[in-house]
Amino acid sequence: MAKVTLENVCKNFGPVEAVSCFFLEVEDQEFLVLLGPSGCGKSTTLRMIAGLEEITEGRIYIGENMVNDMPPRDRDIAMVFQDYALYPHMTVYQNMAFGLKLAKFPKNEIDQRVREAAEILGITELLKRKPRELSGGQRQRVAVGRAIVRKPAVFLFDEPLSNLDAKLRVQMRAELSKLHQKLKRTMIYVTHDQVEAMTMGTKIVIMKDGLIQQVGPPMEIYEYPVNMFVGGFIGSPGMNFFPGTRIVARGAELFIETAGFELKLPPQKGKFIQDRIGQEVILGVRPEHIEDRSFAEKGVFTESFKAKVEVVETLGSEIQLDVTAGEHSLVARVDARTPARVQEEIELAVNMDKIHIFEKEHPSPRVPLEER
Amino acid sequence: MRLSLAAQKKRRVRYSYLALIPFLVFFLFPLYWMLITSFKTDTEISSLKGVPLVIQSMPTLAHYKMVLFETRFLTWFWNSFEIAVVVTVITMIISILGAYAISRLRFFGSRHFGVGIFCTYLVPPALLFIPFYKVVGLLGLLNSKWCLLFLYPTLTVPFCTWILIGYFSAIPRALDEAAFVDGATYIQMLTKVFLPVAAPGLIASTLFAFTVSWAQFLYPLAYIYRDEEKVLTNGIYTTLIRGDVYFWGELMGGALLASVPVVVLFAFLMDYYVAGLTRGSIK
Repeated sequence: MAKVTLENVCKNFGPVEAVSCFFLEVEDQEFLVLLGPSGCGKSTTLRMIAGLEEITEGRIYIGENMVNDMPPRDRDIAMVFQDYALYPHMTVYQNMAFGLKLAKFPKNEIDQRVREAAEILGITELLKRKPRELSGGQRQRVAVGRAIVRKPAVFLFDEPLSNLDAKLRVQMRAELSKLHQKLKRTMIYVTHDQVEAMTMGTKIVIMKDGLIQQVGPPMEIYEYPVNMFVGGFIGSPGMNFFPGTRIVARGAELFIETAGFELKLPPQKGKFIQDRIGQEVILGVRPEHIEDRSFAEKGVFTESFKAKVEVVETLGSEIQLDVTAGEHSLVARVDARTPARVQEEIELAVNMDKIHIFEKEHPSPRVPLEER
Repeated sequence: MRLSLAAQKKRRVRYSYLALIPFLVFFLFPLYWMLITSFKTDTEISSLKGVPLVIQSMPTLAHYKMVLFETRFLTWFWNSFEIAVVVTVITMIISILGAYAISRLRFFGSRHFGVGIFCTYLVPPALLFIPFYKVVGLLGLLNSKWCLLFLYPTLTVPFCTWILIGYFSAIPRALDEAAFVDGATYIQMLTKVFLPVAAPGLIASTLFAFTVSWAQFLYPLAYIYRDEEKVLTNGIYTTLIRGDVYFWGELMGGALLASVPVVVLFAFLMDYYVAGLTRGSIK
């Protein structure tokens, strides 16, 4: 059981700044996900916690101990690697027992722990096999098992699911979540897949170019992205952005005017951006907040605009439309009954409660539209 | 008539064996010649009417008797064996540690070091044996078989290190990191992960080191003159060629017997040897 604290930690590779200095606290038993595109520094951060990468500056605490100068084995951590990193010459049993053996645990305790972990992961029948005789999913389980047997205070996962096929990934995702609930340990998980982050994490850290963009629980990050990058990265498909948008006032009412359509701002939102009238901003709307007008919930999807359908992707439970409206291309997730045809016009309604407005200048921070 | 795919494949395999026959003849013919010569009487060997390829008169074991019992052949055999084994052990210790360090530890110049080591292998013994004479003399090991323990590693260590660097570098880094997190020290990582995973490479370099030490000719010839200190290569050569008199039967028999250990070793470990060499070379 341990809290992990990174105090003012940074990492440079020579003159290149890989991870800018940051402060991060991971609570005990939290499932923290480090999320970001490749090269954003998330793996480096994880490896710094593991002790596989030296830190350039700052302090790392695991529990009460400062671990800056501790080798990985003394940090009370276990790590699961992307390509599993199983020892090819050892059986599954030996792979899982290796760390305990090095730590000179008594034989019966090793045996008990390995069997217990194998039980949890459902790999008891595989214990005598070598890694090359296992499928990808089974190898992944062994890699997780190798971490479990050590009963570490902190589990570290470095993109553990990225080598699995889509179906298996979904399954393992649920299993890892269950494991987290069962073991009640702190887990830190690195991924570039926002779905994994949203579904598994109790807290998400979004990084880009070595900088932490936002830290928060999944829903908070989804609902209130701090900037355009976070807004676009979370959610699938990503948020639609409308550059060249202007806030205009007509009488007492405020409108969002883009090249092609305009939307009336509900008064409770409008009051937050009174001071931006006439300024250029960027409008952000998630595909799931755009609906075919005839199926849209009245009173929620208050505004609408006309668009031309370019692509219709039927997903069964819903339809994903690529449309153009004025100069903008956008994606909408609409009701499965929508009679959309390519090249025809359609009227789309927008849930005005869920829109986002971002500043024009990089890094485009979000303009708050509500009291929090 | 068209053949089925399986039949075509069979045929192709058969043809490729046919193509190997010339090679087989080329490589086995000297051995065959040695074998039959070692069983011929001296009269037949030196007879102008004799046919080199067959034995015409009664075969004899006289040459083997002389090699085994009237020379120090058994002493040389033991010396060769002793030296080859010790050199192999020394070589493997140095090469394994060297290759491990070069492939895994980041230190100043570690990348160029590997190439540098290989370059030392390219300097031929024929160039080195004169300066080495001085070195061996300084060590006080002239005329002692133990001088070879210092000389052979100059041939074996660079090559074996090079092969093992290729092998160790092919082991994914995540594996060391996993071992590191599991609590292994650098030495445990080497003994418990690297060595077992690189086993074919180890076998290949062991074989190489043993064979080179077994067959090296120039160094023992240059530095060892006392009969009881000689090894097989210079022993056979210096004792069975006296002036311009060649004891052909004994030479052939002795050489054949001398090659037995290497043949036996390869027979058991050949597959690993080939796998080891090719893996290293892909790098």
